[in-house]
Amino acid sequence: MTITEKILASHADKKKVQPGEIVNCKTDILLGNDITAPISINLFEKSGAKKVFDRNKIVFVPDHFAPNKDIESATQCKKLRDFSLKHRITNYFEVGRMGIEHALLPEKGIVLPGDLVIGADSHTCTYGALGAFSTGIGSTDLAAAMIIGKVWLKVPQTIKFIFFGKLNKWVSGKDLILYTIGKIGVDGANYRAMEFCGEAIKSLNMDNRLTICNMAIEAGAKNGIIAPDAETLRYVKKRAKRKYKIYNSDKDASCEEILEFNCTKIEPQVAFPHSPENTKPVSEAGKIKIDQVIIGSCTNGRITDLIEAAKILKGKKVNPNVRLLIFPATQEIYKEAMKMGIIDIFIDAEAVVSTPTCGPCLGGHMGILAEGERAVATTNRNFVGRMGHVKSEIYLASPAVAAASAVKGRIASPEEVVGK
Amino acid sequence: MKLKGNVFKYGDDVNTDEIIPARYLNTSDPKELAKHCMEDIDKDFVTKVKSGDIIVAEKNFGCGSSREHAPIAIKAAGVSCVIAKSFARIFYRNSINTGLSILECAEAAEEADSFDKMEVDLDRGIIRNLTKGKTYNSQGFPKFVQGIIKAGGLMKWVRKKK
Repeated sequence: MTITEKILASHADKKKVQPGEIVNCKTDILLGNDITAPISINLFEKSGAKKVFDRNKIVFVPDHFAPNKDIESATQCKKLRDFSLKHRITNYFEVGRMGIEHALLPEKGIVLPGDLVIGADSHTCTYGALGAFSTGIGSTDLAAAMIIGKVWLKVPQTIKFIFFGKLNKWVSGKDLILYTIGKIGVDGANYRAMEFCGEAIKSLNMDNRLTICNMAIEAGAKNGIIAPDAETLRYVKKRAKRKYKIYNSDKDASCEEILEFNCTKIEPQVAFPHSPENTKPVSEAGKIKIDQVIIGSCTNGRITDLIEAAKILKGKKVNPNVRLLIFPATQEIYKEAMKMGIIDIFIDAEAVVSTPTCGPCLGGHMGILAEGERAVATTNRNFVGRMGHVKSEIYLASPAVAAASAVKGRIASPEEVVGK
Repeated sequence: MKLKGNVFKYGDDVNTDEIIPARYLNTSDPKELAKHCMEDIDKDFVTKVKSGDIIVAEKNFGCGSSREHAPIAIKAAGVSCVIAKSFARIFYRNSINTGLSILECAEAAEEADSFDKMEVDLDRGIIRNLTKGKTYNSQGFPKFVQGIIKAGGLMKWVRKKK
């Protein structure tokens, strides 16, 4: 069996499962945010349920329109807060103690290898980087699971992605996943598990791996997953407060497809509007002038991302025609960046540094685009109108490319700013 | 159940930001959401759509975010059914769970145009394009999923099981 099949089988109390089979699985962690959980809470209350199945296994993070952007958003956040208080939800993260959910849960050791996690947020697939099965679902699925602690899942076929060869300079996890989506398309892995492996994946730290699995949904995948190794254990050991289990794919596990990519041929990528599959190497981007740069989000707001951006921005100024907004993804990351002097570098470069929020990524608040404006963003979607006006444009890239573009005032490669 | 309405036709990869932009997600009130349904892809949709109308799209309909507000908005706008070549998986689940009728049928999706008159027999999965004079069979749902639909959505199914 594959690692995905093994985790599903163990949570369905079965010895073996096969792709296509529908299984009823126990859940280890359920997640909701200020956009999706209010619907779940309404459904939960309407159902007449009195108690959640396990108050320690439910996580609520107000991060999308928090800190509250308007009265309606404040009302939605309040719903989470009131419900969490009433049901004594252990993991409710208030502003000031929170972060962007998919950066926060791994950091706090809430999600661990071998877990089965469902979240009412499509980027819940992020946690596959820890060797967990993790997938996005809707508010009704979350509401039902809050009552019964279970979820029905169809066992997915697995597509294996093998990344071999050494990574080129400035090529990050973001570039590998953008490159992959460019190759297979936004429904290239629809309903499938994407299993990432190979020497290049092994060479990446956990932050980069989280970025890769985060965007599995952008290829339509049910989950992205990376088998645990020494790096996983290094990351998990200091955070875990409960037992966890390591799963690996069998050598003879059957996959629907195996795709191999030679990393020596991959350079930093840019996804052009209006789809994550419209990728090009940054050297072929042409001279595209920009108005705004966003560095942050559940995709690229971790400390590794901020360090990469700081390497470019150190001693530089943001182009006078560009607004650079940086969002450390959690309070912990913010503090670490501060200790490392990275926040000074950003502010000296004349960037805005914000408290954690999903805000601009989904066009909510904190960095909305006007008609005709263009942004380079380290976020995950560049759909029409995603970050503001229908006639604005988003180019997805890594933190290094985003920072270089902020300095140059146009889409630029890191080498154009700091040399070879 | 039989449905009948005019077709609103869209292409590949219609995403949930197009179905209901995130800027309107500070509420989950179906009526409010319906006012902005399909706004960023078809700003005339909400003024033209009539109760019973049918959205037809090509591959990967509903890709992107997990927001259940997408099927909620479509349903509240009066749409009776969405027919597509294929659906993104979270949208597929959300539609079943919230009771928005969806059918997968590549041929019917490819051959339909906006303003065609269409009739759908939901129980038998039969789609009739009255304008084009053609009949299609849609793909059936797995038995397990049929159970959820029959129960009237996931929450009712859960209550029955408990």
